Amino acid sequence: MSAATAVITAPSGVSLSKGRSLWQDAWARFRKNRLAVGCTVLLAFIGLLCAFGPTVAFYKFGMTGETQDLVLKASPPSAQHWFGTDSLGRDLLVRTLEGGRVSLKVALIATLVALLIGVSYGATAGYVGGRADSWMMRVVDILYAMPFMLFVILLTVAFGKNMTLLYLAIGAVEWLTMARIVRAQVLTLARQEFVEAARSLGLPGRMIIFRHIVPNVLGPVIVYTTLTIPAVMLLEAALSFLGLGVQPPDSSWGTLIDDGANNMETYWWMLAFPAGIFSLTLFCLNFAGDGLRDALDVKSGKD
Amino acid sequence: MLRFTLSRLVQAIVVVFVVFTLTFFMIRLAPGSPFATGEKQMPEEVMEMMKRSYGMNKPVYQQYFGAIGNYLQGDFMPSMKYEGRANAKIILDAFPVSLTIGISALLIALGIGLPAGIIAAVKRNTFLDYSAMSLALIGICLPTFVMGPFLALYFGIKLEWFNVAGWFSPTDWVLPSVTMGLIYAAYIARLTRGGMLEILNQDFIRTARAKGVPGWKIVVFHALKGGLLPVVAFLGPALAGITTGSFIIEKIFNLPGLGQHVINAVFNRDYTLTLATVVFYTSLLVAVNFLTDVLIAWLNPKVRLA
Repeated sequence: MSAATAVITAPSGVSLSKGRSLWQDAWARFRKNRLAVGCTVLLAFIGLLCAFGPTVAFYKFGMTGETQDLVLKASPPSAQHWFGTDSLGRDLLVRTLEGGRVSLKVALIATLVALLIGVSYGATAGYVGGRADSWMMRVVDILYAMPFMLFVILLTVAFGKNMTLLYLAIGAVEWLTMARIVRAQVLTLARQEFVEAARSLGLPGRMIIFRHIVPNVLGPVIVYTTLTIPAVMLLEAALSFLGLGVQPPDSSWGTLIDDGANNMETYWWMLAFPAGIFSLTLFCLNFAGDGLRDALDVKSGKD
Repeated sequence: MLRFTLSRLVQAIVVVFVVFTLTFFMIRLAPGSPFATGEKQMPEEVMEMMKRSYGMNKPVYQQYFGAIGNYLQGDFMPSMKYEGRANAKIILDAFPVSLTIGISALLIALGIGLPAGIIAAVKRNTFLDYSAMSLALIGICLPTFVMGPFLALYFGIKLEWFNVAGWFSPTDWVLPSVTMGLIYAAYIARLTRGGMLEILNQDFIRTARAKGVPGWKIVVFHALKGGLLPVVAFLGPALAGITTGSFIIEKIFNLPGLGQHVINAVFNRDYTLTLATVVFYTSLLVAVNFLTDVLIAWLNPKVRLA
């Protein structure tokens, strides 16, 4: 027993610490990508600001997005109102942060919906395989070819405009690519040597799935999820811009940009600040996603 | 190749049929009716007459099969809200506006995106590459409804080169097309660069270089055909994006295009016009997707076998 242990002890001088896992490798690669790290930090900053900013504004200054400053109606940026005020004298900074809350909430929930549907559908298709798989994927092909924007418009116009419907409609559009990616991964992984090796070593099916399949599928899923969030935000903002998404008294970045575009001839700041923050967030999400893709070495997010 | 084409054709027809059916029933499930939404209520008898004239007194399944019959004969039926106007006429009046903008946007996108992507790939990791790609970034994080108002503000209001809204003067297509074109130019530049880089690293390019073929000839005659595959594959989705994106563009620049009709038709519960516009858009997209699929299969035999 002691002899066997001695054989696998590392030669002196070389510290045989724990092997580097896939995740440690990925983290090391991600850290080197300065742009991606910067974007992630900035995103966290925007997220925290949107999450807590309105609360601070309320308790410290007694101000919400609905509080009107009757003296400073439609005033440009000043020391008192950093982003200026809108035509009703509401502070634009607070409104932008509150809009961000709504936009980010919609983005996260709708992405979650897409994630749940996509992963379970794709994993089922890939795991079952055979004829059921090819029919399930035929359905995805057909859904892919449908003009979903039209259906989202049809749904939201026809059936009132509530938030639950918005989450479901957007989630229903975005799950298809996720299903394809997961299915392809599961299908190829199940046939690979290391899974076969694990099976011949007598590892139970449950362990194979959790130790070998899930960690390998997780990479592409994480990458594609981060890239889905900006797509969802774009869709939500587009719908809100058309007046079909978030409804007053709630506002999101889409409705603020719509407001700003209507007033841009005289009040440039009403368009510039919400549009600027929105674009910055999209930029950061895209780069954080790209960085993750490189770090986790995912071949292609989209097929 | 024939087998592939036929299977894609069947798939395209299935898509149009599914969309037709879904739209037909979904709009009827929505609360309200085409005749009840007005300031003054119609008397019962008039309402009955209106319903009869559109065949809405029949059971829904009969209406459904009747509509299928009409569409198969190329009859898009009359509008329920715009009295006495055929849906086909409404679409034909509005579509040229959307088409003009869509096509010029696509041309602008290809005209800027292709050269930028090719140059970036050939001059990889140089200043040219970095500047082309950072420009492409702007297109990716500035959506149409941000870029459009800014372009309108600068070129329309400040410089007064173009009208900010409407469809009256012969230069009114410029701002909407440029707005959409720039965004797609960014995607096309990225795709072109990626596709070209992959091809330029392959052995047959090295062989050509070793034989002494001049650089520009390698790019134009050897690399371009394979390198542009991702761009061709993107053209279908791009056209889909451009046509649906036209909803937003039409709103920003206040254009009398087809997108406005779709939204208004659904708002008014104009059952027949909703069906006609949605089926029209779908057929258009499906047809474009079908053509790009066949084109890709022809360019790249591997796809046919998949």
